[in-house]
Amino acid sequence: MVDILNALVAFTNFVIIPASAYGAQLAIGALGVTLIYGILRFSNFAHGETMAFGTMVVLLVTGLFQSWGISLGPLPTALLALPFGIAAASALVLFTDKTVYKFYRRVKAAPVMLVIVSMGVMFMMNGIIRMIVGTDDRRFADGERFIMRARDFKEMTGLSEGLAIRTTQVLTLVVAVATVALLFWFLNKTRTGKSMRAYSDNEDLALLSGINPERVVMITWLVVAALATVAGTLYGPDKSFKPFVFMQLLLPIFASAIVGGLGSPLGAIAGGFVIAFSEVTLTYAFKKVVTYLGPEGWRPDGLIQLLSTDDKFAVSFAILIIVLLFKPTGLFKGKAV
Amino acid sequence: MTNSRAPLYFAFMGMLILGVGIFESWNNALFILNFGLISAIMALGVNLQWGYAGLFNVGVVGFVALGGLSVVLTSVSPVGEAWEAGGVQILMSLLVAVGVIAGAILGWSRLPKNLPRGLIVAVWLIGGFFAFRALFDPAVAAIEAVNPAQTGFLGGLGLPVLIAWPVGGLFAAGVAWLIAKTALGLRSDYLAIATLGIGEIIIAVLKNEDWLSRGVKNVNGLPRPVPYEIDLQQSETFLGWMERIGADPVTGSTIFVKLLYAALFIAVIVLIVTLMQLALNSPWGRMMRAIRDNETASEAMGKDVTARHLQIFVLGAAICGIAGAMMTTLDGQLTPASYQPLRFTFLVWVMVIVGGSGNNWGAVLGGMFIWFLWVEVEPISIFLVNTLTSGLDATHPIREGLLERVAYLRPFTMGLILLLVLRFSPHGLLPEK
Repeated sequence: MVDILNALVAFTNFVIIPASAYGAQLAIGALGVTLIYGILRFSNFAHGETMAFGTMVVLLVTGLFQSWGISLGPLPTALLALPFGIAAASALVLFTDKTVYKFYRRVKAAPVMLVIVSMGVMFMMNGIIRMIVGTDDRRFADGERFIMRARDFKEMTGLSEGLAIRTTQVLTLVVAVATVALLFWFLNKTRTGKSMRAYSDNEDLALLSGINPERVVMITWLVVAALATVAGTLYGPDKSFKPFVFMQLLLPIFASAIVGGLGSPLGAIAGGFVIAFSEVTLTYAFKKVVTYLGPEGWRPDGLIQLLSTDDKFAVSFAILIIVLLFKPTGLFKGKAV
Repeated sequence: MTNSRAPLYFAFMGMLILGVGIFESWNNALFILNFGLISAIMALGVNLQWGYAGLFNVGVVGFVALGGLSVVLTSVSPVGEAWEAGGVQILMSLLVAVGVIAGAILGWSRLPKNLPRGLIVAVWLIGGFFAFRALFDPAVAAIEAVNPAQTGFLGGLGLPVLIAWPVGGLFAAGVAWLIAKTALGLRSDYLAIATLGIGEIIIAVLKNEDWLSRGVKNVNGLPRPVPYEIDLQQSETFLGWMERIGADPVTGSTIFVKLLYAALFIAVIVLIVTLMQLALNSPWGRMMRAIRDNETASEAMGKDVTARHLQIFVLGAAICGIAGAMMTTLDGQLTPASYQPLRFTFLVWVMVIVGGSGNNWGAVLGGMFIWFLWVEVEPISIFLVNTLTSGLDATHPIREGLLERVAYLRPFTMGLILLLVLRFSPHGLLPEK
């Protein structure tokens, strides 16, 4: 019985908690991708860089606050800096929209054209971010690091397996839930949100009923900038900030959005957790868990790892393909431009 | 119109390279020329897929990397000890893997619908996975244990390195066929993400499967199709030539080697462009453009759109694979960590768009011109910064800060060029006729 509990704790510690945090980060990232797809109707390759830009501003403002001695006590100072990051990212995407994307909307360019345009935007943002902060690894490190330390948990419960919960992990989930709740309230209850959904469902009908498309587009970009900055900032303190990491995140984020069904906000959240849990479960070495569950004194020879940790991209991609083979528009019936 | 413009642009491109030769060094000029030629071939591959058929491939880096792997697998001498340790077992495990997947596909399509088909196939796949790992893991451990500092991998077949070029094309074509089979039925955005994913996976395999490619430990000293500089410097005939034109034999030999490479690359480009032009102007090329411009109409005319897309996707990937093999041959080493999507996928796209999608000469021009900028943006900006801040002290923070950031101007400039071309000249430098 104790062994089963130990196995459960190990599994929670190494799989459920990290995967939930990662899943929340992916889900918020994928929400941004899916909103752009639903309303502006293209896959935005620059989304990773938008995340990096917002996060970078949060990082810089956090540093500034820290140097002034402003802090939130046990909570990371990054929370205070978050609004500044969102404002900066909003300014950036609105500027890009005005100077770049607006033209292609006006001439009604093919959606794939906008994808290529977003590659150009990605290149430019990439250069700007690196010119500002370089490519080094940076840490947000401040605030309380752990809510629950492995040793304290062992003392509390008397189990031999520890459970560690990091502040950033809990914070990620709390912020993610709040963000998603706010977003759904906005989309379902407010007038603007409703007009956004109407525009996404049927552009012509929405225009007929007097919805101003430019306003819908502008608000979409604002929401996306906020989501991107939140996703990036949650990912930043959880791991660390390195500009190129956000480009690598693009694949799992796209995979989440597509698995859920492009254009579907609920799908993006489901997709994020499906991808995150598959990645972590398939690349976790189950040796410890299996040892607890097996007979006394028995240990497996190998690590019982289904795939090597470096294969996580393969996992997101494989799930993407499997889902698409059976449900060509994703789990939640995405749209097709 | 294109006919009159193309020679002009190519003459200008030639002058840029000559300029580098005169103002910097001839070695540098030939470096830009050689990599420019290889980039041009990658651009031709993407142009075939995008310009001819409108297929959106964002996994170029994966196909290029497969070409690189082909050089190792073809031309490196086999490591006998490693083969004895686990070579046969690795091959067997791979056969098992292929068999399991083939069985699953067959089972899914052949099993009667009244059986719990999904469950049977899932159990078969999971069982197959463990059988594969049981054979594969010990073999990998055995191979990687053989002299890990020097080898730790199986090596290749020890064949002449030029054979690796077509082999690289075949590798890329094979993988492209697999992706196309699963993803081509999907819409354009889905295909894009599928290729993005496969690109990442190929790089991950190259970086982590040490038994195959030595992973991040790199494979150095790959064989060359041209003589070594050091041999040239000791050859009587070569020294005689150098004396006749009054050149320094050391510099002369490095330039001579680069010229030989350039000749090889130009031969490949001429061959590929000729074939592509012939294809473009044949009934097949017209059919492709018809499909690209209106899929529904072409389908109504009885064209098999999916089969044509499959064909052109495989051909385009093969060209990227050949380019990858050529690049690794020129480098003389396989460095899996150097395959970055920014440079090998997105930059190639900039080349195709700037050159003019749908036009083969445009792809060649775009490849060479964008590569030239990629290399030269940094020295040019360093020169500009130095000139602008010449009044400041050499260690002045503004000057130092600017110089430090100049490297990141590369992606910025590339993005700016792409956006400007798309906005103001969407057909590129050499538009499709």
